[in-house]
Amino acid sequence: MSATTTPPDIVRLNGVTKHFVVRKDNSLKDRIVHFGRLGSSHREDFVAVDDVTLDIEAGTTVGLMGANGSGKSTLLKLIGGIVSPSSGTVQTRGRMAALLELGAGFHPDLSGRENVYLNASILGLTRAEIDAQFDDIVAFSGIGDFIDTAVKFYSSGMYVRLAFAVAVHTDPDILLVDEVLAVGDEAFQRKCMERIAQFREEGRTIILVSHSAQQVAELCDRGVVLADGKVVYDGDTNQAIGVLRQVLDDKRTAGIAHDENVHPIEVTRIEILDGAGAPASELRDGDPMTIRVHVIATRPFERWELGFSIDTPLGHMALASNTEALGVRLDPLADNTHVDLTIARVNLGPGQYFVNANAVGISDEASHALMQGAMFTVVGATNTFGTVAASVTITSENASERE
Amino acid sequence: MDTSTRFARLAAEPFTVVDARGLRVRGRGGKIGEIFGRRELLNLLVRRDLQARYRDSFLGFLWTVIRPLIQFLMYFIVLGQFLQAARGIDQFAIYLFSGLTLFVFFSDMISGATGSIIGNAGLVKKIYLPREIFPLASVGAAGFMFFVQLLILVLAAIVLQALPQPVEMLWFFPSLGLILVYGLALGLLLAALNVYLRDIQYLTEVVLMLAMWASPIVYSWQMVSDAITRSGLPAWVLEVYAANPITIGVLGFHRAFWNAGTPADYPEGLGMRMLIAGIVGLVLLFLSHRAFVRLQGNFAQEL
Repeated sequence: MSATTTPPDIVRLNGVTKHFVVRKDNSLKDRIVHFGRLGSSHREDFVAVDDVTLDIEAGTTVGLMGANGSGKSTLLKLIGGIVSPSSGTVQTRGRMAALLELGAGFHPDLSGRENVYLNASILGLTRAEIDAQFDDIVAFSGIGDFIDTAVKFYSSGMYVRLAFAVAVHTDPDILLVDEVLAVGDEAFQRKCMERIAQFREEGRTIILVSHSAQQVAELCDRGVVLADGKVVYDGDTNQAIGVLRQVLDDKRTAGIAHDENVHPIEVTRIEILDGAGAPASELRDGDPMTIRVHVIATRPFERWELGFSIDTPLGHMALASNTEALGVRLDPLADNTHVDLTIARVNLGPGQYFVNANAVGISDEASHALMQGAMFTVVGATNTFGTVAASVTITSENASERE
Repeated sequence: MDTSTRFARLAAEPFTVVDARGLRVRGRGGKIGEIFGRRELLNLLVRRDLQARYRDSFLGFLWTVIRPLIQFLMYFIVLGQFLQAARGIDQFAIYLFSGLTLFVFFSDMISGATGSIIGNAGLVKKIYLPREIFPLASVGAAGFMFFVQLLILVLAAIVLQALPQPVEMLWFFPSLGLILVYGLALGLLLAALNVYLRDIQYLTEVVLMLAMWASPIVYSWQMVSDAITRSGLPAWVLEVYAANPITIGVLGFHRAFWNAGTPADYPEGLGMRMLIAGIVGLVLLFLSHRAFVRLQGNFAQEL
């Protein structure tokens, strides 16, 4: 069948733009008082989604990424038909289920059973279908006998489990997911992930908004990065994550306000140098690397210490050390200097890393830390995952050794 | 379902288009078809409204009856006996209760629908549903309470032997239809406006309170026409009074349930008035639905 070789488009966005008018007045009195000429100063118009054109083929899992306020949630709502575009068209087909919030539409005073019927009906199931699925839904949620208790007495975990159980039993062609997977305990999140993976195998289309690059990398076939309402990248997931980090990094450096306080000792700048001593932003796994930390002081320090750490974008420490731990006594600091910390071999897994550094005066108490003063990317072998690079070999009794 | 059959089915399916004018529904029946397709949900929402309303209360559904009965007794005793409004009206109890039943239905529809979009903000913001469902569910809940009161009305009318000829009782249907059309039209419009301007719900309460006194519910049509003639006002004042669709509906209800009426208790050509009001109401319903569709595009943002 030709349909299997070329999946049909399931979502088409054509020049979609969404403006919002933010009003500062919301009562009749305010409106009348500010009517006419004055009214315009009480309105603010901003563009949440700016001329987006996208086609999504059936069966793909798309990750929508971007900084806060980049318009990704609005785009998802546009696709879901929850808001109408200001111009352009949104075309969708097939049965859609939106998981924009688990348990939207649960009524606290009704029992779990009544809410299952209500919520499943909201998501588009007929009564007969719900009857057929009801036992499965209850089993999946693990609610058990509490199903006949009013949901206001549920713990938040039970509430979310029941809502998710309903949502995944609705047989959607398109599933819109907005951050909801960030709730619940780890076991529950696993369960969600497994369900989504199963949905992918069944040829369902999933559009996911996520802040977690890891989640996107794990689940998606295609990444779309938005910045200020515009699509800045659309394509391969790993590259999309790279672009996203670049976007976030630009935003971050632009956002760092100059510290007005004058520190007696201050880390002003961090540079990343490669083996040849040239500034670098991309390193290969196994390369040497130098972190050059620039420090200034308003008064001389007889004794002082310096430390650094390398973090993943999620904020987990990958590597850290300091002069005290390394047993190095730094020269007295007069006014300004730079210190090179050299790492002989960068054994980090592929990905993006941030470098932090801090300087502490010992003879005269003072300290300053520069967080995320530099960023670099490690490229290398893609056959392992995680922050540590290592070569892995596999042997087993009846299989030949392979890399 | 197999992936290839899913793809084949999707490839054959037409696109649903959402643009600046809102969601364009594919297939037959358009918006009405879409809402009809969700009638099970509508039914569940109505039941949710009713179930949640009296949950954990000792008297439960009895409250649907108690409140209007108290209101009825209040008007019956104070207005009917103390102020002697009942003197010119035979079977005053039935006269009062039939008008009151219809008006309370109208009032419940409007006030329920006005708050319905805001009351369901959680759903409106998170899931696509034809938004008309929420005002409609409020109308449905009001309809249930109306039905209960109607049963009491019919029982009381039988006991008091106030029911007119069966053929006269057919006035029930156009009267109810008229009130329903206006209730829906205003309910949809106010529900949408209330999202943008929260004053609407308070304004509605006040207007509904006034509306009750602007229709011949606790007094008779004859009293109004006498008063207008006595004070020497031109005849068109009475015509304006009679153009009120609630007045027309209430008068129709009197004809259906109250046998003590004489021709002087009704304006001339009540049927024609009802027909005209009905046509105007349908146009209004169409227009207010257009307005609703226009306004709903930003509901998710305004809530």
